[in-house]
Formats: sequence, structure tokens, C-alpha cells
Amino acid sequence: MANLLHIDFGDSDAVVGIDLGTTNSLVAWMNLTGPEIIEGPGEERIVHSVVAYTDAGEFAVGEAAREVLLTQPERAVYSVKRLMGQRADDIQGELKLFPFHLAPEQDAVLRLQLGEKTVTPSEVSAEVLKRLKANAEYATGKTVRQAVITVPAYFNDAQRQATRDAGRIAGLDVLRLVNEPTAASLAYGLDKRKEGVIAVYDLGGGTFDISILRLHNGIFEVLATNGDTHLGGDDIDNLLLAIALEDLASEWGEDVSAKHQIVQRLRRAVIRAKEELSFAPAVAIEFSHEGRSYRRALTREQFDQLIADFVEKTLEPCRRCLKDAGLDASEIDEVVMVGGSTRIPLVRLAVERLFRAKPHTELNPDEVVALGAAVQAGILTGSVEDKLLLDVTPLSLGIEVMGGVVAKLIHRNTTIPASASETFTTAVDGQQNVLIHVVQGERELVMDCRSLARFDLKNIDPLPAGLAKIEVRFLIDANGILNVTARDVRTGKEQSVEVKPSYGLTDAQVEAMIEESFEKAEADLQERQVREARVEADSILLALEKAKGNQAWDTLGEEDRERIDRKHNELLTVYHSDNYGLIRKKIDELNDSTMALAENMMNTAVNTALKGTKI
Amino acid sequence: MHQTNSRNGHARSTADFPPEIRAQAESVSPDFYALFGYPETLGIDLDDLQEAFYARSRQLHPDRFARASAEDRDLSLRASSLLNDAYRTLRDPLKRAEYVLSRHGFDVGQQRSSNVPPELLEEVFELNMALEELRSGDEDARASLESARTNFLAMQTEIDEGLNGAFSRWDYACREKAGADSAVSRAMLAEIRGSLNRRRYIQNLLRDVETALAGQTA
Repeated sequence: MANLLHIDFGDSDAVVGIDLGTTNSLVAWMNLTGPEIIEGPGEERIVHSVVAYTDAGEFAVGEAAREVLLTQPERAVYSVKRLMGQRADDIQGELKLFPFHLAPEQDAVLRLQLGEKTVTPSEVSAEVLKRLKANAEYATGKTVRQAVITVPAYFNDAQRQATRDAGRIAGLDVLRLVNEPTAASLAYGLDKRKEGVIAVYDLGGGTFDISILRLHNGIFEVLATNGDTHLGGDDIDNLLLAIALEDLASEWGEDVSAKHQIVQRLRRAVIRAKEELSFAPAVAIEFSHEGRSYRRALTREQFDQLIADFVEKTLEPCRRCLKDAGLDASEIDEVVMVGGSTRIPLVRLAVERLFRAKPHTELNPDEVVALGAAVQAGILTGSVEDKLLLDVTPLSLGIEVMGGVVAKLIHRNTTIPASASETFTTAVDGQQNVLIHVVQGERELVMDCRSLARFDLKNIDPLPAGLAKIEVRFLIDANGILNVTARDVRTGKEQSVEVKPSYGLTDAQVEAMIEESFEKAEADLQERQVREARVEADSILLALEKAKGNQAWDTLGEEDRERIDRKHNELLTVYHSDNYGLIRKKIDELNDSTMALAENMMNTAVNTALKGTKI
Repeated sequence: MHQTNSRNGHARSTADFPPEIRAQAESVSPDFYALFGYPETLGIDLDDLQEAFYARSRQLHPDRFARASAEDRDLSLRASSLLNDAYRTLRDPLKRAEYVLSRHGFDVGQQRSSNVPPELLEEVFELNMALEELRSGDEDARASLESARTNFLAMQTEIDEGLNGAFSRWDYACREKAGADSAVSRAMLAEIRGSLNRRRYIQNLLRDVETALAGQTA
């Protein structure tokens, strides 16, 4: 049976690419011409990665959360990306510089206190993701269930898992975690040169990555990557902030460093000065509070001196990366700059000197990662066919052996997916369990590496020592996340493995958070259904408009035309109501009324086609 | 976008998987050469291997199966990790040779550093003295370490050239004459194993020298 809604208006689902940044987050998708940033309802292209829990018991995200940060800093958090996949004891250094409020109860997952609410970094990030998802659904009129999310290339397993958990909590099926510098290279369209070696220098708000890639007919093969997941523009802000606080202490005779509200406003003032310095030779940090004012002139030269060590800290990973890629700096054909901090002239100069090439800065360094994530989404859904990314694991994977020494199984910069097998046996007669400790890192001793998880091989058949043979397979998937399976070599049966992650949430905890998040989402759901109903209404209204231009409309009986017009008016009347059930009812009625019209249209089309064959 | 999603070029299920790849992915002892459709040779054209690797990656990579069934995604994951492993092994002449040796029943365990090849005894003795001197702060030792490095690098080059010749001879013997399991071919492999062990030993010495030199300048 023919009806207007059968006319195909494209996919109702959109797969988006998300740059979940330390300071800002963005969402993009592939439209018909290429990757495009999706704007929010107020045409904003970025969402500040700031989340607050308000007095009203709701989460605020972005600009609204920034306001809370100024008035009630104990209810808000920023730069939470620094905490992903960490435990409380890992971040003692960060606590001196960032106003993170830790909850009193801590375990394998870090917990933050926002007002009376206790949350994990994954839940905080999920709030940012939910906002981006809602923005994308609003702007595209499509449902967003699947996403590609970017992570720093140098993120370890726990940091990646925490990011994927955030996606799940936000109701997103994370199709792929893609490394930020590699995503950026996809967006840059450098494959047009077909052949060559490029370096991507990615200095963001809180993380630094360097990746070296070989391009070959649409293949993006990462040769090596390096970085620091706790180095970024934030650190420059902290340097400036420390100076300003010191000045205030001596000029105002008051130490305000414990007054979070003042510190937050001062922080904004130094960030403004830092950003202006990228374009002006001299600026001033200006700040006033309760009638007192503070002003400090800052020249580019002074600023460059202040950040010289910081910039140098990014060059060491670059040199290591070149060495791992087996290349000399002169063999790099092009350099791409990514991340807001690459606007700093000294950074550009240092990179230019190291690679002896003028870096690319044509694309907005804040947006290029999200655009690349959208391209990767296109690759995964099949709409982009000529490109393929072959990425690497940034850190070596090993197991603990006798004497607390690490035996490496998969070396850093190995192309992923990558796997390694190792056979284990028992040391004592009748032993039924073997515990395997897996670590990530480059050092020789377990204590210097990052504990990843303990895998317990359970229910091994009781045999004399050394007879049981369990083959364990370690597989790093295309997301850079480890999967472990085990097999009893004697029987060929799958061996059960219990995973005890050293960091991060268990599956059960994530499930619980998803559930809680869905209860909260009831209200959102109502809103979404209204929006979806309107999108559907738009479709049929558009179809009807087109149909009226068709000669089929003219051949339609007077009665049919009147009925359609009546139903058309009824739909327009309820269109702006919040009652999605009613909107849908009117859509159906209008659709039913157009049956004769749709049949006429098909006949006309057939007649036209037949005429065509005669001539 | 709707139309392009279902274009034929994009594999949606492993039904499109080349059968020879599926067989290797499911095998307990996969054949790296078969993955690329190559005969087993010690000499390989690296440009050709790279092209083959990229072409296979386009077929097998998990990105091509992101929306396929769990079973298909799993096969793609296993096959592409195997492909990456095979490429890593075959593109490096030394790893490639070790792989071939192990396939023909040769033990290629790590050469213990205590087993000093007799012809290197003198060099190793002098090197250890120089390393000791540098550690105790004698900067004069630097010069002798530098010359040791030059010496070892030259030895490596010499071994590599010898290996290259041995590779072609073995390939020729297998192809034209006796086959891989003949006494002649096996004798060649035994000789190759000797060179590999020697080379690995020198490589370790070089690493010690580099570390010592770098450590002192830092």
C-alpha cells in the first residue's frame, strides 16, 4: 500500500564523532559534503568540559556549570579528563594545582564530591557526552545511539576503559575509541598527497601527544606515538595563576589561594591574558575584587621565558617518537598542529625548529579532532571507503614474572589489533588457580609500571605440578583495550578467567550507573519524543508540499483534496504542543488521507516512464 | 548517506572473508606466508610486502566490520591481529629468518650472554674493561668505546651481507633443487642460525655501549 511516509528521507540514526576534551568538547558528523561540527541550540560550537551539581539536585553542563564554578566552586569540576582511569593516590600532585574535591570514601575508582553528590570521573564525563548527544539530536533531527570518541594517543588501558564507560553511562554505544592525533590527521585531508610521512603534534588543555604516520593511498599507518597524559595548557594557566596569587599576596597583603571563588575568577583572567598573548606582543592580567584591583603587564618575551621548560617537556617525547619510528627529523614531510595550546607562538617555533618544517595550522586546532572523529565514524559505517587507520598501542604490555620483573608480551608501537600468547602451568601438585598480573609500561620492574589487572585462571583440573598447561591469549583490540582469554591446552576447553581491574569500574558498577542515568532520563525522553514526532511531522509536511506540485494533485477528486487540507490544518494546530501522542495521531490521520494521492502519484510516475520508453 | 552505507565494497559479514585467511585465523599454528599468498622464502621484496599488507588490512580490519555480527567482528579481530603479527615478523629480515628456522624445527631460543662466540673473546674482554673505566669516571675510556662501537657496527654490516647471500642461496636451493627438508637446505639453515646468534650477541654489546655513552653525557 502506498503512502507518503514510505518516501525515503535517509537514515533516522546518525553516528557522531566526539572530541571529549580536557577543556572543551565537540561533536561532529558526516553530512553530504564531509565532516561538520554540530552546533548547539545557541549556535555554540563547543561545550565547556565543566560539570556542576546544582542546589536543585540536577547536573549542569558547559556554560551553566562555569557559572556555578564561579559562585559555588565546591559544586563544580573542570579538567576531569586528568582523573580518568586514576585512583586517589595517583593524583596527589594534581590536587595541589586543581581544586578537585575528593569524596571521603575511595576505592579502585576515584570518587569526587560535588555538593552532596558523589560521582566518578566517568559519570562526570557522561554528563558532557549527554549534552553533546542531545545537541546532535536536536540539530540533525536524528537519533544518536552510536559514537566514535577520541582519546589521547598516550592514554593507558584504564584511561581508555574509563572513557568507554562514560560513553555507556551516557547511553552511547561507543563504536570506537580513536586516538586524537590520528583523528586529526584524517580530518586534514593530507592523504591527497598520497605518499609521505607526517608528524601530528597535539597539545591540548591537559594532554600532549605526538604521532608519526605514513600515508599511502588512503592508508594512515601510525609508525610511533608518544606523549604525556598530564601535560597541557592547564599547566601554563597554573604557572600564571601562581604568579598572580603571589602578587595579590604581596600587593593586597592577603593570601587568597584558599578562596576558591576568587581563584576561579583569577584563573579566568590569566587564561584571557594567555590567549591574547598569542596575537599581541604584550598584554595585562587584570582583576578586581571588592573594590581592589590588580594589574600586571606581561610581555611575550616574559611569557616565553616562563613557559620555556614546559615547551621543552613536549620535545622529549617528540625525539623518542622519532627514534621509535626509526626516522630522522628531516625525514618528516609535514607537521600538523592540533589543540588550542598550539596557537602559542613559542610552541610553533619549537616544533618548526625540531622538525625543520613549517607546521600546518590551516584548520582550527580546536575542531580538527572532532572532525576527524566524524570521518572515522564514516569509515565505520561505510560512507567513507577510501580511508583506513592503522593505529598502534602506545605502551608495552607485560606480565609479572619471578622477582617482580616484567616480561614484555606486546611492545609499544605495535600495530593494533595485536595479540600474544603465553602458556602457564602450576607450581604445586593439585593447584587449581593461577594468578596473572598484567602491567603496562616501559620499565623493567613491576613496581615502576602501571598495574592493569589481575587475571585469575580458575578451576584448573587438579594435576601434579607442571602438568596443567593453560594458554593465555592477550589481545589489544582496535580501541587499544586489552582482552584476555584462556584455553586449557590438554583438553582444548576454554578456561574461565576472572578479571580484577586495578583501576576503574566493574561491569556491575557501570550497569548500575546506566540504570540511574536512565531514571533521570525519563524527563529527557518525553522531550525527545516530542522532538522526534515533530521531525516526522516535518517529513510528511514536506512530502505533501512536493506532492501538491505534482499533476497527481490536480487529478485528485475535490472530496479527497478537502479531506487532506483539513488533516493538514489539524496537524499544524497540534505541531507546537508538547503532546507527542497527539502529534503522531494527526500525522497518521494525514497520512491515511493521502492514500489516493500517493496512488495517483505512482500511476503518474509509471505512465511517465512508459511514455519514455515509447520515444 | 543511506545509500552509500550498503554499497557492496564495504564488507558487512565475514562471508566476504577470503577463505585462505579464515583458515589461517582459525588454525592453531597459522602460516604467515600464506596470509600474504607468498611462498616461503627468506628474501622478500619489502615494498611488495607493504602493499600486500595494506591491501589485506583493507579487507580484514575491524573498522570494516564495526556493524557486523559479534561473531564476524571477532573473526575480523583475530584475523587482523594475526595479519599485524605476520607483517611485523616478515618485514624484519632477522625475525623472518627466526620464524623460518622455527618452522623447520630449529631451536631459536635467546643466545645466552655467557656463551661468548670464541672469535669475539678478545673484543668482549677489552670492551668490559672500557665500560668499567667509564663507570669509574675515566673519560679516556670514551674514545675506546667509540671505536668499539664503530667496530661492532662494521661486524653487523658484515653479518647482514653474509645473511643476505645465505638467504638467496637457501631460497634457490629450496626452489630449484632439493626442497626445504633436504640435508643441503638444513645445513644452510644451521649456518644461518649461527650467524643470527652471533648477530644478536653483537647487538646486545652495542646496546651496552650506547647506554654507557648516552648515560655519561646526560
